[in-house]
Amino acid sequence: MKNILGIEFPDKIEGLGNLKAFDGKRHGGTAYEDTLKAPNGHNNKMIESLEKTIELSGLKNGMTISFHHHFRNGDYIVNMVLDTLERMGFKDLVVAASSLTDCHARMIEHIKSGLVRRIETSGLRGELANAISNGLMNIPVIFRSHGGRAYAIESGELKIDVAFLGAPSCDCAGNANGISRDGDTSYDCGSLGYAMADAKYAAKTIILTNNIVPYPNTPCAIPEIDVDYIVKVDEIGDPKGIASGATRFTTNPRELKIAEMAVDVMENSGYFKDGFSFQTGTGGASLAATRFLRDRMIKKGIKANFALGGITGAIVKLHEEGLIKKLLDVQDFDLEAVRSIRENPFHCVVSGHHYAGSGIEGSAVDQLDMVVLSALEIDTNFNVNVLTGSDGVIRGAIGGHPDTASGAKMTIVAAPLIRGRIPTVLDRVNTIVTPGSTVDVFVSEYGIAVNPLRQDLIERLSSAGIKLNTIEELKNTAEKIVGKPKQIQYKDKIVGLVYYRDSSVIDVIRQV
Amino acid sequence: MAYQKVRLRRTMMFVPGNNPGMMTDAHLYGADSLMFDLEDSVKLAEKDAARFLVYNALTTLDYGDVEKVVRVNPLNTEFGKADIEAMVKAGVNIIRLPKSETAQDVIDVDNYITQCEKKYGIEVGSTGMMAAIESALGVINAYSIATASKRLIGIALGAEDYVTDLKTTRTSSGVELFHARTQIIIAARAAGIAALDTVFSNINDEEGFRREVQLIKDIGFDGKSVINPRQIAPVVEIFTPTQKEIDHAERVIGALKEAEFKGLGVVSLNGKMIDKPIVLRAQHTLELAQASGVYKRS
Amino acid sequence: MEIKNSASAGTLESNDIMVILEKGTKGIEINLKSTVEKQFGEQIRDVIKKTLTDLGAEDVKVIANDRGALNCTIKARVMAAYYRVIGSTDYRWGE
Repeated sequence: MKNILGIEFPDKIEGLGNLKAFDGKRHGGTAYEDTLKAPNGHNNKMIESLEKTIELSGLKNGMTISFHHHFRNGDYIVNMVLDTLERMGFKDLVVAASSLTDCHARMIEHIKSGLVRRIETSGLRGELANAISNGLMNIPVIFRSHGGRAYAIESGELKIDVAFLGAPSCDCAGNANGISRDGDTSYDCGSLGYAMADAKYAAKTIILTNNIVPYPNTPCAIPEIDVDYIVKVDEIGDPKGIASGATRFTTNPRELKIAEMAVDVMENSGYFKDGFSFQTGTGGASLAATRFLRDRMIKKGIKANFALGGITGAIVKLHEEGLIKKLLDVQDFDLEAVRSIRENPFHCVVSGHHYAGSGIEGSAVDQLDMVVLSALEIDTNFNVNVLTGSDGVIRGAIGGHPDTASGAKMTIVAAPLIRGRIPTVLDRVNTIVTPGSTVDVFVSEYGIAVNPLRQDLIERLSSAGIKLNTIEELKNTAEKIVGKPKQIQYKDKIVGLVYYRDSSVIDVIRQV
Repeated sequence: MAYQKVRLRRTMMFVPGNNPGMMTDAHLYGADSLMFDLEDSVKLAEKDAARFLVYNALTTLDYGDVEKVVRVNPLNTEFGKADIEAMVKAGVNIIRLPKSETAQDVIDVDNYITQCEKKYGIEVGSTGMMAAIESALGVINAYSIATASKRLIGIALGAEDYVTDLKTTRTSSGVELFHARTQIIIAARAAGIAALDTVFSNINDEEGFRREVQLIKDIGFDGKSVINPRQIAPVVEIFTPTQKEIDHAERVIGALKEAEFKGLGVVSLNGKMIDKPIVLRAQHTLELAQASGVYKRS
Repeated sequence: MEIKNSASAGTLESNDIMVILEKGTKGIEINLKSTVEKQFGEQIRDVIKKTLTDLGAEDVKVIANDRGALNCTIKARVMAAYYRVIGSTDYRWGE
C-alpha cells in the first residue's frame, strides 16, 4: 500500500500482521475514538452543563454510576447528580458510592421514584440507612470495605459505566486533585484515594468542580488521561462538612483511659520497635492514642517508618516532628492533614487499591504492624460489627476495618465496654463485618482481652504486667452493669449483604 | 468493720450525687477513694433525688476496692438525718461531715450513725467518718475534732469556705492556707489519722496543680481531693516514692539489719549514723512504695 | 398512701430517666418511651413495676422517658418520684 506522503510498503508482514497507512489525521478517526474525546476537541473536555455531559456519556437506564465520599457530610455531588438524573427521566440505576452519609437522605425519594434500583456502598447513615433497614429497597444493598471495593473495580467485578467525581480543583484537560495549588482552596479535601480506581476504570469519567485552574494541575490524584468530561458547577460541597478545622483533643476521661490502655498494649506487644508502622482511626480515643503513642516514641527514641490510612493533624504533627518518616494517605479528616499534603513531599496520596486492595499482589495494609480500630459491637469470638446498631438498624460504615485487620500484624479494637446502657461485648454481634480470626486485642476501660489465637501476645503482655481478662469476663461485667439485652427480632427480608474483602458474603442484614 | 482505718488515700475523687452518668464508672480512673456528694453540688430541690441515686448506686454497682465516701448534709438541716440513715444502710465505708467546727459536731454525727447502725442491725462501729475543716474555728479546734470519735479516719481542708471565713482570697502561692494546712496535719498526726488537702479547681492548669501537689506532699499530707480523673495521675506520680528513694530506704533497712546481726548498738550507713527517725522514715517509704505497687518486699 | 397530684423525678439527660407519677385507677400502668426500647424495654418496665410494688404503691400511672438509664438509676428515680407524689419523707430503706 501507499500512504498519504507517497511511501510504499507491504499490506502485511509475516510475524506482524496487517499494517495501516498514515492518512494525515491526528487520530484514526474510528467511531470508538469519537466517544473518547469531548466535542470541543481534544484540548478541552469542559462541557457547559451537567445534563449535556450526562447525554454525552451515553448513560442509559440500568447502568452503574459511582461517587466518592471525600466530601463527607458536606457533599453536594451525589444529591446534585441524582436530582439531575431524575429530571432527565432515568430509571433503574445502580449507585456504587464509596460511602454514603447523613446528607444523602434525599436518595430515599430517588429510590421510591425508581431512579435508583440498587446501591453498593461502604456505609449508610441517618434517614437513608433507617429507611433501608426498614425494607425500602427490593434488592439488598451490597456493603464493601474500601479495599474490597477498589479491588472489585480493578478486577472488573464492579463495572462502573459513569463515574461522577467531585474535585476541589481541575484543569481544562481533567487533571483533578483534592487540593488546590492555584485558586480557591476553601473546598480542599486532601486525598482523593477513593476516587482513583473509579476514574481509571469507569467507562466514562466526569469531573465536577467549582475551581478550574490553569493547566497542568499537577501533581494530582486523577490524571487527565483517566478523565472524559469536566463540568463546572457552582458548589461541590460545604467546606465545614468537608474538612474540620483544628483537631480537638478529647478531654473525656473514659476515652483518655481507653487510649492509654491501647497504647500500653502497643508498647508491650513486641511490635513497638524502631521502624515500626501503625494506623489509628479518628474517634476521640484514637486521636488520644496517637498523642500518647508520641510520648512513648519520644521516651524510647523510637521512630515509625510509616503511618497509613485516614490522616489527621495528630499524625501530621508526628510526621513533621520526624517521628514518622512517611505518610500513605487515602483520606484526610482535617485541614492540617490537607495542608501537609501541599507542603510535605513524603506525605503521599495513595489510591484505595494501594491502601487496602485485597488482591494477591497485596497492598499497604499488608505491611502494617499495628492498627487501632473502633467497634460498635464485638462478640466472644472477637467478630466485630461496625455497621449496625444494637437495635439492628444500619448506622455505620465498613471503611477499611476488615482490610487493616487482615493485613496488620496486630489488630487492636478499642471501644467503651458500655455506651449508655448498650453493651459493646455480646455473645453474638448483630452483624459480622470483620471476622474474629483477624482481631487480636479488645481494649475497654474495664479491661483488656486478647484473642486466644494469639498466645504469643498473651505471653508478652502478661509478662509486661498488663492485666488481661477473657472476653467472656468482659461480657459478663457489661451484663452485670446493664442487664442482658434482648436479641433483636428481624424480619426475613434481606436488606443488606456484607461482602468480605474478596466479595464473599460474610453476613446478611435483615429488615428490622 | 466496713472500713479501713489505714489505707492509701492519695486521691479522693469528688462525684456529684445527682448525675447518674458519672456514677457508673467513677471507680475506673485509679482514685483511691470516691466521694459521692449530697451536699454543695446538689441543689435543694434535688437533695432527695440525689440521696436515692447514691443509695441505689452503692447497693447495686460493684465499685471494686475503691473506698466509698459520702458527703452528707449537715445534721441541722432537714436532709442530714435522712442522708446518714440511707448511707449507713447502704453500707458506705465513710460518712464525711461537711464543715466541722467543734468536737460536738463530730460527736453528734457519731451518735446518729450509731442509732442507724442499731436500727438496721449493722455492727455498731462499722461505718467510718471523716471531717472537713472549713473555718477559722475549725482550724483552732482541729485536734479536738480529730480525736472526737473512734470512727474518724481523717480530716480534710475545705479551702474555699475557709478563705472566705478568713476574709481573704485564694492566691497561687497558697500562703493564705499555710497555717490551716499545717495545723490540720499536726492535729491529724497527733490523733493518728489521715490528713487530706483541698480541691484544685482549675483542671486545665496542670503546672499549677503539680506545684500544689508537691507542696502539700512535702508538708505532710496523705493525699488530695480531686475533681476530675485527669488530676489523678499527677498526684499518684508525686506521692509514689521514686526508685532512688526506694533504693536508699532499702539500704537504710539493710544497714539496720546488719547492725542487729552483728550485735552493734549503733547503725551506720556510708559512715553516717542512722538513728531511729531515719529508720522509721525508711520503713514508711517502703510501706508506701509497696502499697503503691512499685515495690515488693523480698 | 394517697396520691394527691403528680410528681416527677429525673431528667432527659443521657443515662437518666424522667419519671412522672400520677394517681391511677387500675393498678400500676406504665407508659414508657425509651432509647433502648427493643433491647431493654421489658426489663425497664419490670424494674419500675417492682420498685413501685415494693414501696406499696397500688393505683398509679407512670409516664417515663428513658435515655438509657441503668436499673439502679431507674429505681432511684421511681423512689424519688413516689415519695414526692405521696408527699412523704418517711423513707424506708432496704428490702
